[in-house]
Amino acid sequence: MRRARTKSPTGSRNLSLASDARIVLQDVSVRYSVPHERIASFKEYAIRRLQRRIVFEDFWALKGINLTVAAGESVGVVGRNGAGKSTLLRVVARVLRPTAGRVIVRGNVAPLLEVGAGFHHELTGRENVFLNGTLLGHTRSDIEERFAEIVAFAELGDFIDSPLRTYSSGMAARLGFAVATAWEAELLLVDELLAVGDEAFQEKCLDRIDALRRRKVALLLVSHDLAVVSRTCDRAVWLDRGTVGAVGAAAEVVARYRLMPVTT
Amino acid sequence: MKAVAGHSSALSVYDTANLPPPSWEELVQLWRYRDLVAQLISRDLKTRYKRSILGVTWTLLNPLGMLAVLSLVFSNLFRFDLPNYPVYLLAGIVFWTFFAQTSTAVTNHLLWGGTLLTRIYVPRSVFALSATGTGLINFAISLIPLLAIAVLEGSRPDFSVLWLPLGMLFAAAFALGIGLLLSSVALEFPDVIDMYQIAISAWYFLTPILYPQQIFPESYRWALNLNPAYHILEVFRHPIYWGSAAGPLTILAASVSAVGTLVIGWIVFATRAHQIAYRV
Repeated sequence: MRRARTKSPTGSRNLSLASDARIVLQDVSVRYSVPHERIASFKEYAIRRLQRRIVFEDFWALKGINLTVAAGESVGVVGRNGAGKSTLLRVVARVLRPTAGRVIVRGNVAPLLEVGAGFHHELTGRENVFLNGTLLGHTRSDIEERFAEIVAFAELGDFIDSPLRTYSSGMAARLGFAVATAWEAELLLVDELLAVGDEAFQEKCLDRIDALRRRKVALLLVSHDLAVVSRTCDRAVWLDRGTVGAVGAAAEVVARYRLMPVTT
Repeated sequence: MKAVAGHSSALSVYDTANLPPPSWEELVQLWRYRDLVAQLISRDLKTRYKRSILGVTWTLLNPLGMLAVLSLVFSNLFRFDLPNYPVYLLAGIVFWTFFAQTSTAVTNHLLWGGTLLTRIYVPRSVFALSATGTGLINFAISLIPLLAIAVLEGSRPDFSVLWLPLGMLFAAAFALGIGLLLSSVALEFPDVIDMYQIAISAWYFLTPILYPQQIFPESYRWALNLNPAYHILEVFRHPIYWGSAAGPLTILAASVSAVGTLVIGWIVFATRAHQIAYRV
């Protein structure tokens, strides 16, 4: 298979110096060290170690990835399950430190990975906004400042003071999305865009993402929905077992990915 | 573009080829996320007290219940040569309950945060800090029954009570340090938490909580000095039981143990904490 690359390693190195690059990945690799059998206890580990019976198997979730995302650019990531899409997002979200290579992220990151991270069902919507907002790195006064706006966007009204356990899953998701996108960030990370709420609310979410993009926010979007990728993104990356299968204009990459024979 | 309020207006840069030393970086990030620590503490307290009628009362009654049982057993079965034994006993129990619960909770909270920590970036130490903060608040609440018993037993609290917060602070630093060390190992082997439960109950019986230190034969008593928890306990218990501050050597030993454990725990934890996302 022909591998298309738009940039040579030297090209990306130059871009890393350009101030409008929001994400720069240089030869990024992530290795999970997976024991052949899961050893979850120290006792077991000690016994096995003495018997020299532990065999670790290296699993490279990402291997030599080069990618640059500029301000205002939307890049979609496509690929099959286990191709490394989520790992790529985690590396950019600074959750996972790469085993090798270099990651540069400029600006504040708004992760839409787990909308409503850390929501607690016994707490009220109001309390959860503060918990969720601080988890995303905002201060108490930041949140107070945007609070009314968040509640209005989530369309919760008086429900905001009821415990979260009384919410429908749609209401909780709306609240999570409203908190995650309430602040302007330089970089938006999205995993499976918009499984949130009903159609009207999804429309509203798309509008908000469009508004963010007009303000030169960079967007990295992971999705199985190829239509969404070719509609939303300028460029796309096709991940194939941890390596870049193709990178280029979104429609072109998606078309190529569609043609790939399904093998196991 | 307007920068996010509360963050610096210059673009923050995360560069894996250019990371500050982990212990320092973790401290900087912890400071940035200090409001999260407060939120987590208030979540813990609210969810604990919100839906139970006993709520705070339970925190007050629990040590008193334990005291009733233990003082019955120990003042009748084993007779120690200690006046005001209930005060001595309750001070030790309240202290140890805080230490044992907090050092364990630090590790459990990290593992609770585990699933979250594989999805979004949060400094890993926020969970340890919030567990310690929650513990300290419960510790402070349990001072109420302790002081009440002290007054009932005839002691008149004076200015020496002002030493109590120092003992509590040492206890918190020590529990946090032990908890961070434990977490660093538990990242790989969660079963060390179970092993720790066994170790801590042995530790409990080796520390003069239920009995006076005089029950050790004189020639072995020096060995008590090797137990850091003993010095810290004395800084806390001495003012309330004897009505005066612990000796300067005890305070020195306690501060060295508490601060030393915290610093070592912090460095080990900060260096290893980024591996948590690899444990899925």
